[in-house]
Amino acid sequence: MFRNQLTNSGPLFALLASLLAVVAATGWLLIPPLRFRSERRPQPPQANLSDLESVSKRLDEALLSSGTAGKSEASQEFQGDSDSRAVSGLHLQSSLPVAGRIPILDWARRVSLGLNGTIPSLEEIRQLESQPLATREAWWLEHLLADRRTSDHLAERLGRAIVGVENGPFILYRRRRFIAWLSDQLSSNRPYDEVVRELIASEGIWTEKPAVNFVTVTTDIDGTGQPSPIRLAARTSRSFLAMRIDCLECHDDFLGTIQIGSAEGLRGGQQADFHRLAAFFSTARNSLAGVRDDLEAEPYRFTLLDEETATEFQPGVPLHPNLLLAAGSPRQRLAMWLTHPSNQQFARATVNRVWAIVFGQPLVVPIDDIPPTADVPRALDLLADDFVKHGYDLHRLLRLMAGSEAMRARGRVPDANTDPGAWSWDEYPAVRLRPEQVAHSLLQSSTFTTLDTTAHVLRRLIGSAQENEFVNRYGDFGENEFDPRSETVTQRLLVLNGNLVREQLEQGFGSPARLAALAPNPETALEILFLVTLTRRPHEDERTRLVPSLQAAWTGERELRLQDLYWALLNSAEFASAR
Amino acid sequence: MSDLQKECGSASHWHRRAWLRMAGLSGLSWLTPLASQLSRAAERSGQRPKSLIMLWLEGAPSQLETFDPHPNTEIAAGSTARQSNVPGIWLGTGLEQTAEAMEQISLVRALTSKEGDHERAIYHLKTGYRLDATLKHPAIGSLICHQYRPEGESDFDLPRHISILPTAAAGRGGYLGDGLDAFKIGDPVNPLPDLRATVGMARQDRRLSDLDFLDQNFRQRQGSLSHSPPTERPRPSLDQALRMMSSEQLAAFDLTGVPRNERLRYGDSPFGRGCLAARRLIEAGVRCVEVTLPGWDTHVNNHELQAGQIAILDPALATLIADLRQRELLDSTLVVCGGEFGRTPQLNNLGGRDHWPHGFSVALAGGGIQGGKVIGETSPTPDLTTKNQLTNLRDPHTVEDLHATILAAFKLDLELEFIAPSGRPVKITEGRPIAGLLAE
Repeated sequence: MFRNQLTNSGPLFALLASLLAVVAATGWLLIPPLRFRSERRPQPPQANLSDLESVSKRLDEALLSSGTAGKSEASQEFQGDSDSRAVSGLHLQSSLPVAGRIPILDWARRVSLGLNGTIPSLEEIRQLESQPLATREAWWLEHLLADRRTSDHLAERLGRAIVGVENGPFILYRRRRFIAWLSDQLSSNRPYDEVVRELIASEGIWTEKPAVNFVTVTTDIDGTGQPSPIRLAARTSRSFLAMRIDCLECHDDFLGTIQIGSAEGLRGGQQADFHRLAAFFSTARNSLAGVRDDLEAEPYRFTLLDEETATEFQPGVPLHPNLLLAAGSPRQRLAMWLTHPSNQQFARATVNRVWAIVFGQPLVVPIDDIPPTADVPRALDLLADDFVKHGYDLHRLLRLMAGSEAMRARGRVPDANTDPGAWSWDEYPAVRLRPEQVAHSLLQSSTFTTLDTTAHVLRRLIGSAQENEFVNRYGDFGENEFDPRSETVTQRLLVLNGNLVREQLEQGFGSPARLAALAPNPETALEILFLVTLTRRPHEDERTRLVPSLQAAWTGERELRLQDLYWALLNSAEFASAR
Repeated sequence: MSDLQKECGSASHWHRRAWLRMAGLSGLSWLTPLASQLSRAAERSGQRPKSLIMLWLEGAPSQLETFDPHPNTEIAAGSTARQSNVPGIWLGTGLEQTAEAMEQISLVRALTSKEGDHERAIYHLKTGYRLDATLKHPAIGSLICHQYRPEGESDFDLPRHISILPTAAAGRGGYLGDGLDAFKIGDPVNPLPDLRATVGMARQDRRLSDLDFLDQNFRQRQGSLSHSPPTERPRPSLDQALRMMSSEQLAAFDLTGVPRNERLRYGDSPFGRGCLAARRLIEAGVRCVEVTLPGWDTHVNNHELQAGQIAILDPALATLIADLRQRELLDSTLVVCGGEFGRTPQLNNLGGRDHWPHGFSVALAGGGIQGGKVIGETSPTPDLTTKNQLTNLRDPHTVEDLHATILAAFKLDLELEFIAPSGRPVKITEGRPIAGLLAE
């Protein structure tokens, strides 16, 4: 079998696979010495943790009051079935007991999927369980926030909203460079308002100044050979303001869904409102010297609907014009206005998107449309206010979300008729994993050690190639990755019979099934397979059903039996959901 | 729910069915009972349901070397042409077999678009809409599968939308849903991806039994079933996948039983085999098939590289049309052949032609399209300095018009509006059918 795999995959892959098998096999043996390996990772800057706990309690109250009152009977039964203790509140920095209505491993899995897009490894589970009970949650969050996979994952998700998934104009746009830069900013926990100001107003070459790729990705969309003010205005309004005003490009708002205005009052959106926003970007010029503002450029003009001649537009903002500064280039003025502490839309837009990344669906649906006077969940504004008050600290925001009651509430799989916008956050939405989460989790479950930046370079190279192949075939969800989706036949076939799962089952010495076969008894082997795939130990009824069948094969085809069980776990509905 | 109901549709049920079917598969005709049923239904109604084959020439073919030559002009830059079997219609040299099938083919020669970037133009051609950061539109194949549902199709085991030799731009369902994404396969000479269980029957049964147990346990713990109607399968994609794995209709993909000389008529290439598989899939009841031939982006050494691609395209296109006609499938199967834009009238310094969305060609045949027609004209002496390139065209049409024509061939309601998930109304098409192309 192994020979066939090598023959089919070519000599280079054969060499890599051989080395990988050795690495994986030795990884099993080296788990105890590597137990505290992650402590060598660079730690992120200390987040602002002042009054974290009081904010957390208010957040939990807001979340619980937004849902149905109280807990269901099933929920209460579930507590009794777990090793958790029902304590409300956030205990991420203190020595208070571990909280949660779900077991700590379930919580750790959810937070891991939300933050770094994969499930915990067996190595990480052992590390977590070796921590003192009172500090496990805090340790896990520190561990994840220090993990480069977290900033990479968040950067890719945020990047999709900021620059999309398209490859953009050849030479003038470097998407990977942009995402890597964004990941650096998130890893160092740079205040997010600073990051966004740099995106909006930067000048320079797209390779040396990666932030300008926000501008260059729109080059020549309008057929002018220059960045597109219209596209940039649409991106800005949706990504940073959660305002869907781009339909105003072509016509006035005739549905009464767009609110524009000032503190004195709001009115319906007009076509001119969008083009005033676009006018901020009309001075951006691209050349071989990079993006520069040409302050002598022709004023922005657009021919409005039912008019025959183009109208000239001066830059103008859709809300709070009093916050707009008079000094600076148009893009600098927009950047300062956008991130002004009094511009609540920016904080709301960011919180709603980060919440979607962490929980799989946003607080407000659609993710990029929060009308200024809309009746939004209290949790949104509470988090938004805290985000502004604490200097746009994304790590603090992630801590609040990870520690919230919503993250530790009992999970429920949304059915086809569930309206995500009406989700009651006294339950955790056990949504389908996104493609990259499925791929990462499949890869992580193929080994006992953590596939982070400290993993062996060959393992990471092979993993990256496997992930790309898998996601390409599985189908990337693109920019609208938080929309509810049902699984397709192609996607299920890929996990049932595809290369990635098959290779994991047959990867020689490194296969979890093969290593589990080294366990002293069927109970231990079963536990290992459940932990590497579902991040939990088998329930009693699962032991009752599965241990005897393993026992029957224990002296014979033990490894094949474990392989089959491993396959079933990888294909299970539980593995495919955030649970 | 009775035991029988539990059994029917369960994972293990599909597995047993698979093995029974597979045991006798090699001796069966690919024309399945369902296909026969569809055929009979078509006979009863007097008309076979329509299908679409999109021959996608990714990279952008040069119109001047393919469907719109201007021999002996400056813009030809030395490339030549040949007369087709329809008087007055010339094709680029190399399209010899296609030229002989010209009575079945019509050409739209003055298509225009504003997209000169591959990625954006591919999206435009495939969806009929320009790339929009706020809305993902469905590809034409997805749209047709969504809107065109003839009688008897609901029991079909295979995906109704298939992409053969796909690139990253295979047709997607867009706002209509991922379920309408094209099912992707490679060179049909290779085994189908992901459709065969990787272990024998006994182990597969054991795996599926474990999977049933785990899923049932998970559902009970989640309690989500109480929100679903009792007849609803909790994992329809799993059921469909297992049903597909066991379907005798999979034989339509299998070219091993096709005589070698029949295969070679399409050309000894993955694209040729893709066209043969497309014909067989359409014959079996698949609604939309896309076959991709990449490699047309000839910024360097245009003439030689285009000639190489034309040598692959010509036998495949001509034989596909001939076979569809011979099997009386051409009237019900619309064949569309083209790329995302054309190439510049002038050669660059490297002997290449660059991107040119201001007048390019697409070929159409069958499916209600009149043959032997040419719509639109590009100037043999274009003014390349003008800001309005439309002045170099006669009777130009937009990409949106091409889409409207395809949808009209399926007799879909062109006034239809969808409501996208964001709540935004979206027209099925923003174009108008190209006059004179569709048969009355």
